Amino acid sequence: MIEANKRAWLKAALAVSAASLALAGCGKKEEPKPAEPPAAAAPAPAPKPEPLKVAFIYVGPVGDAGWTFAHDNARKAVEKEFGDKIATSFVESVPEGPDAERVIRDLASQGNGLVFGTTFGYMEPMLKVAQQFKDVRFEHATGYKTAENMRTYDSRTYEGAYMAGVIAGRMTKSNTLGVVASIPIPEVIRNIDSFTLGARSVNPKVKTKVVWINAWFDPPKETEAATSLMNQGADVLMQNTDSSAVLQAAEKAGKFAFGWDSDMSKFGPGAHLASAVIDWSPYYKKAVRDKLEGTWKTGEVWWGVKEGAIDLVSISDKVPEDVRKKVEEVREGLKSGTFSIWKGPIKDQSGKEVLAKDQVADDKFLHDIKFYVQGVEGKVPGGN
Amino acid sequence: MMEPIALLVAATLSAGTPLALAALGLLVNERAGVVNLGAEGIMLVAAVAGFATAFHSGSTSLGIAAGALAGALLAAVLGGLVIWLNTHQGASGLALSLFGVGFSAFVGLGFVGKSLPPAPPLVLPVLSDLPWLGPALFRHHPMVYLTVALAVLLAWFLDRTRAGLVLRAIGESPESAHALGYPVRRIRLAALMAGGALCGMAGAYISVVYTPLWVEGMVAGRGWIALALTTFATWRPARVLLGAYLFGGVTMLQFHLQGVGVQVASQVLSMLPYLATIVVLALISRNPDWIRANMPASLGKPFHPGR
Repeated sequence: MIEANKRAWLKAALAVSAASLALAGCGKKEEPKPAEPPAAAAPAPAPKPEPLKVAFIYVGPVGDAGWTFAHDNARKAVEKEFGDKIATSFVESVPEGPDAERVIRDLASQGNGLVFGTTFGYMEPMLKVAQQFKDVRFEHATGYKTAENMRTYDSRTYEGAYMAGVIAGRMTKSNTLGVVASIPIPEVIRNIDSFTLGARSVNPKVKTKVVWINAWFDPPKETEAATSLMNQGADVLMQNTDSSAVLQAAEKAGKFAFGWDSDMSKFGPGAHLASAVIDWSPYYKKAVRDKLEGTWKTGEVWWGVKEGAIDLVSISDKVPEDVRKKVEEVREGLKSGTFSIWKGPIKDQSGKEVLAKDQVADDKFLHDIKFYVQGVEGKVPGGN
Repeated sequence: MMEPIALLVAATLSAGTPLALAALGLLVNERAGVVNLGAEGIMLVAAVAGFATAFHSGSTSLGIAAGALAGALLAAVLGGLVIWLNTHQGASGLALSLFGVGFSAFVGLGFVGKSLPPAPPLVLPVLSDLPWLGPALFRHHPMVYLTVALAVLLAWFLDRTRAGLVLRAIGESPESAHALGYPVRRIRLAALMAGGALCGMAGAYISVVYTPLWVEGMVAGRGWIALALTTFATWRPARVLLGAYLFGGVTMLQFHLQGVGVQVASQVLSMLPYLATIVVLALISRNPDWIRANMPASLGKPFHPGR
């Protein structure tokens, strides 16, 4: 009797472990969220000429203090700039996947003239919808596919990473920097490389250690990865993940770190050296103006420090004056176009020259970076 | 070379702590014959409850206590369903888990992007300054030590006390315990709530101490690992503790190896706990004596008094 029961239980337990395997796999991805109705954010009081309706689709909640938060701030800036000429609305927490297409189609059919999709995974759904709504203009962040009525835009985040690197190179005592990295795509690898180039421009002895967590947002894992890097001697950390966990881990251990995507100084006042902050508002203003004035054209837009799309802000008092000056020089150089981060001679990890002396990388080169520069330790996952 | 290893040990201990706490709680449930698949959801709700409390009160201990309370309450709901209404334990637990994921995300909306000051470790007078052992073992948050103490206490309770014997009897044969006059249902409820409280402490530890911030889904599958762990540990507290440090250590080791420049696919490592559990299950079904398994005979079965 008991034996038979045990058997039955074991079968159930096996089924459960299999189910938990599947569920744990799901847990790493975004949980499907209850579909939210497109929440109209306070439509402006109806003026005489019909206002241009502008819609935004966010992958996370507007309160994430990082990526989506930055997009929503820019939306507010746009609203302020154009007043009653436009009416904006947003839909938050739309997972990348089938739901996205439904939401984009919804927004297009509601009479929005301009629709912003703010994450890479909206690319295909947006492209599909764009083909059906020829009158609507679509703007897609961080993608690479365009259509006659769909434009892509992105921020040169690596310029922020480079400026952070300049500070890191001077602040490190162990000459070891650490990066908590998310997913091995060119954008992230480019940031790690640029961070290292920045650090080595002021301190050629610097080495960068990298730990990949294979997620954009997993605070406990980010903490573990940061701890692991500090345990191995890294005393200044940077991250390409979306939460403030790395900064908080550094604060706890008495090491230094940076804020990423938004100003994170309040999360770790002792550890915080500076924050690389994306500002989407200059671009959003341009896009809306283009549409209002009828000058909208498709294309690929990649804005950086020059256009005010990225900057290093809230530099800590702990950073010595001469280092601040150096950062200021870099910023001015990027603004005026007299300085390029990716200018030869640059060698990859194996010592092979990837950019010859005085050769400046073009955008295609930057979009395809899949190698570590000299000074980064370890291997690019999946690379050779 | 010694120093990094000491720090790796330290990181492993704190990474294994939430797993151990939750698995000890689930072990209490299961030794009383109730399987609680709601662990993940309970941990999430407790994580947000603990964070909210710590955020408003400024006290880490209050936060963890709130987590324990939230865990016990949720477990009591599950208890009402599976002990009195005799609903299917597996299905009810899964439902609770899915509910907890959504509910915690909803309640936590206002706390996204907020953070707590880091909780300081407990510094022990002489021990913390020992050359190698200090950084490895004696510079942790009190919860880390408490977890070890709880495991010892639980082993003693189950094997050496009369109350522990009754609990085990109910897990083995509720009918016999009932015939002897023990209130099977109430004891099962108590066990379920105690286990829920431990799961809750694990959840609150994650959001209050380990990563002092709240984000949706931040427990990230640790409840499922804890569930697998009870089986992996063949329902023995000491093995639960070892297993938790083993599974916690695997993640830390993977990050450590990356830092040194050795690549291991993290996806493979995240499968390991479950694979190990399936191996143990296979071993048990061959012959439980091989691994001295302690599986309660009436695990997962409803009990109908008077039938």
